[in-house]
Amino acid sequence: MTTTTTTTTPPARTATAAAPPRALRPRIRGTVAERVFVTRSLLQELRDPEALLMAVVLPVMLMLMFTFIFGQAIDPSGGYVDYVVPGIILLCAGFGASSTAVSVSRDMTTGIIERFRTMPLRSGAVLTGHVIVSVIRNLLATAVVIGVALLVGFRPSATALDWLAMFGVVALYILAITYLFAAIGLAASSPEAANGYGFILLFLPYVSSAFVPVETMPDWLRPIAEHQPITPVIETIRSFLVGTPLGSSGWIALAWCLGIVLVAAVWGAWLFRRKAGRR
Amino acid sequence: MELAIQARGLRKRYGSTEVLAGLDLAVPTGSIFALLGPNGAGKTTTIGILTTLVRADAGEATVVGADVRTAPGEVQRRIALTGQSAAVDGELTAIENLVMLGRLSGLDRRQARAKAAGLLARFELEGAAKRRVSTFSGGMRRRLDLSLSLVVDVPVLFLDEPTTGLDTRSRQELWAIIRSLADAGTTVFLTTQYLEEADRLADRIAVLDHGVIAAEGTAAELKARVGGEFVELRDADGDLLREIPTDGSVHALRGAIDELDRSELGAVPGARIGIRRPSLDDVFLAITAGGTPGRTAASAARSGELLETK
Repeated sequence: MTTTTTTTTPPARTATAAAPPRALRPRIRGTVAERVFVTRSLLQELRDPEALLMAVVLPVMLMLMFTFIFGQAIDPSGGYVDYVVPGIILLCAGFGASSTAVSVSRDMTTGIIERFRTMPLRSGAVLTGHVIVSVIRNLLATAVVIGVALLVGFRPSATALDWLAMFGVVALYILAITYLFAAIGLAASSPEAANGYGFILLFLPYVSSAFVPVETMPDWLRPIAEHQPITPVIETIRSFLVGTPLGSSGWIALAWCLGIVLVAAVWGAWLFRRKAGRR
Repeated sequence: MELAIQARGLRKRYGSTEVLAGLDLAVPTGSIFALLGPNGAGKTTTIGILTTLVRADAGEATVVGADVRTAPGEVQRRIALTGQSAAVDGELTAIENLVMLGRLSGLDRRQARAKAAGLLARFELEGAAKRRVSTFSGGMRRRLDLSLSLVVDVPVLFLDEPTTGLDTRSRQELWAIIRSLADAGTTVFLTTQYLEEADRLADRIAVLDHGVIAAEGTAAELKARVGGEFVELRDADGDLLREIPTDGSVHALRGAIDELDRSELGAVPGARIGIRRPSLDDVFLAITAGGTPGRTAASAARSGELLETK
């Protein structure tokens, strides 16, 4: 191949030829790496319109299914939609976040991660890119789900402030579960395995107060349902949307979400340094 | 001689497998250094240690004065790695890949775009600049991969089997690029399992076998290790009947031919004599065969130019 560069050195060359002064790779400052990785994840996201469409269509389908199929059986008067919307929001957030595990895991199997790991970058910056973009996508999907819910009869009693608080809680929950899925993506041996682990987490909302009140569950299951992280988050959202009593759910939900973010971020950064080198 | 890469006594064990068993390296600044070895010899592990991806169990290594163990961040500022699996983002276009790497290497947007345009031109990828990399051919991916390593002119470039899986034309194109980089002063450390690649490209070659450097030197030095010309006898179908290594002197060649003439093989109808120079294959086989195959060991001894075997 002919290169279009002009080299001033003659082709004849010895191994000991004096090298011209070489530049060192500059250290990058601030959050440049994180911003670059957000752009990267965003571009990847937009390149896959089918996945993007699924991320919105599937939650809406779930929502319609619960309202019209199960909802009619559980509460023939049609009031179930008011009960189920918070659960659907979390179910969809979990679904959307689980795709993060797959994209992180896919990233790990390609050589580009090795390149990043041989550059002076904050470990975890790549993950941050995936997580932030996933949070944005999930918040969009959440907005669409709520919009459709309003169309099919969801009648929240929330004030503007309640809505704001609700979105805050949802965003925090999405951030937590997305970070967790990103770490799972790092830990999994393949994108397929990552997908599988994600499936387990997606079942958590069913064993919570998302779809039926905890009181209706068998005695042995009830404590699990009451004390797993999803129930307080759902109760908090429900309280903001339809005015059910909040109790201590708000603080417990906040603690769970922050705890998960912290654990997943530390675990993820550790995994990234230690384990991302596999092929 | 100024050294870009220095390693002493590198050891690495994965479970019960000892991949590196005390590896020593000295790579002169501005040279092309080839680490040659069969699959599983520890080439990728060596690159991993030198590029801070893998931590050695024992031993020390420096890259342009920075210690891989105590100052990995400083090492990372001095190197670029083009790995075995193409280190490109298939979802992005060629230009997006280059701008991303430029930004991550500390260039601002404008500089990164300018650098990307220059590299695309240099690597003849302008026509494909806005195509997604997943649609690229193997040769194009490898060229982009290499160009990503060049967004900053770092002193040392690591190439892990840069031409594996490429067709002949793409391989030669890459060789030309790698050589031009070394001409411009970059130290190139590459691994390969192709003898021809090491022969054609490298200033110095180290043969890695069972986790240690079995031999090191220029291609000519390594060939001298095996000795001079081989005298071979082939039958009418061209199948090898016998091969005698020599030191290349007239006396030795005549002796070898006489020996073949006297043997009953010389009487095979249509048998023909040929003389060939030793190839790097001969060296490689001699060194990595594990034992000491008669002819090569004998010829190496006769050549009197044994390189130090560690």
